[in-house]
Amino acid sequence: MDALRTANGAGFWGDNLDAPVRLAESGQVDVLTLEYLAELTLAILAHQRSRRPEAGYVHDLPPLLRRIRSAVEGGLRIVTNGGGLNVTACAAACAAELDPMTPIGVVTGDDVLADLPTWLVEGVRLDHLETGAPLTDVADRLVCANVYLGARPIAEALSQGAQVVLTGRVADASLALGPAAAYHGWSWDDYDTLASASVAGHLIECGAQVTGGLWHNWAEIEDLAGVGYPIAEVARDGSSVITKPEPSGGLVTVANVAEQLVYEIEDPSCYRTPDVDVDLTGVVLTQAGRNRVAVSRTVGRAPAPFLKLSAIYRDGWTASGWLAVVGRDAEAKARACGAIVLERVRRAGFELAETCVEVLGAGDVVRGLVRPSEPPYEVLLRMTVRDPRREAVERFCRELAPLITSGPAGLAGYAGGRPEARPAYGYWPALVPRERVTAGVEVRSARDWKAGGP
Amino acid sequence: MNRTIRLGDLAHARSGDKGDTLTIGVVADTAARYDWLVDHLDEARVAAFLEPLGCTGRIRRYLLPRVRAINLVVEGGLAGGASRSLRLDTQGKAIGTAILELRLPSPPEALLASEGPDDGDKPTADA
Repeated sequence: MDALRTANGAGFWGDNLDAPVRLAESGQVDVLTLEYLAELTLAILAHQRSRRPEAGYVHDLPPLLRRIRSAVEGGLRIVTNGGGLNVTACAAACAAELDPMTPIGVVTGDDVLADLPTWLVEGVRLDHLETGAPLTDVADRLVCANVYLGARPIAEALSQGAQVVLTGRVADASLALGPAAAYHGWSWDDYDTLASASVAGHLIECGAQVTGGLWHNWAEIEDLAGVGYPIAEVARDGSSVITKPEPSGGLVTVANVAEQLVYEIEDPSCYRTPDVDVDLTGVVLTQAGRNRVAVSRTVGRAPAPFLKLSAIYRDGWTASGWLAVVGRDAEAKARACGAIVLERVRRAGFELAETCVEVLGAGDVVRGLVRPSEPPYEVLLRMTVRDPRREAVERFCRELAPLITSGPAGLAGYAGGRPEARPAYGYWPALVPRERVTAGVEVRSARDWKAGGP
Repeated sequence: MNRTIRLGDLAHARSGDKGDTLTIGVVADTAARYDWLVDHLDEARVAAFLEPLGCTGRIRRYLLPRVRAINLVVEGGLAGGASRSLRLDTQGKAIGTAILELRLPSPPEALLASEGPDDGDKPTADA
């Protein structure tokens, strides 16, 4: 059986709009995945849904499907977590862009916000994974709570004939494992195979990061402007080749694939997904041709009895503002300006709960790990604050501009406008016993979804 | 005075976040450089370099010899992480570049003389 060619055309919501179109039109892809949900993306979607009940999904998705409709009609399958917090509304919107007979699969069950009060009463501990704090600390301020689902409901939707699969929160690697498992007919306890394909998913989940993006020797990358997004050719045994459509810009080598292999993981002997515990320590990468890297020898074990919960809560207000500062003493002057702003906010009656003054150009992007060898002649002053009180943050927003006339000489940049107070959010990772969570799978024609779903 | 070199003369790196944990993957240019870095890029040196970050937790180091990678996991290294941190680089994305300036004692000449990265586009032997 041939390898399944699974591509990823988005590494986050806001990634390049044309990358998935180029993949779809390349003719070198069987399944196109689109990964949109970073840790805080669901907070943005919750905010949008609170204003419009039919919102709450990645609204770039339906227009994208319109652009790649002919590829979908030609057999390309789409698997994406762009359903966000409102997967059925997303299905209805996507259905409007597709042939009425296109089968669309909807995966639900990740949204457990309504279940939390019962779970807490029944003794399910949802303590913060890093701090150990109890969820009751923030329970009255939660805006969303989603469990990371795995690859099984995706595979099930595809096996039922879905051409487009829409999900909410699922593990990033599962977006690629689901299609491979359905295509090759893997058993869900074939852990080495599941782990191998999960590695392929992990490698492509951040889009162009594995095809030339984020590379230190950037000048050697050919046509980074036209960088090709990744394709994982997943074989029957789960091993894969990471590549990109040809022709396209970018570079796929053992070196940059190795960087991505260890990207944002902790213990490499136990990279956890809802599907399998992956051991990356034995993985072998081999250059198998130009822009082709073979990935083999991944080992897997049965997954943990818990699923990861990602909850988000309201956490006051925040704002961030900038001013450019020039002069032979630019850094000292910028730090003085920061102090003046905070002092003026204080005299206005607000002691801000948290403040951060950064002098960009003087080494503060990397917190002083590396400082410029010469004093910079111009720097950017960046100030960021957070406070439970909206009025305190709004007062801060009004104090940057007056520096132009009542601060030191050599300031510029007010033309960008006054900073705006925005809601701040906190992230709450926790563990949920697996048996508490049930994924739902519903496959219907685009016409049925458009008419209002089940 | 002892001579030193940059980590970036022996390896490349990228960094990212998991909540409030900063992760830095350092990949050595050659197998020999990896072996040398395993002995010299230890938790203490990394902790000293990252001291200005004000990490609140411990630093763990994991080795992946087959891909010549050293994975550094820095707990509490992101001032609260993507949601809480007020820093510009909330996710520590730039740290992977900055760590290439970490100074190490100069290794044997042979290690520096060996022809740079050995993977490139050339097929390499299976490990």
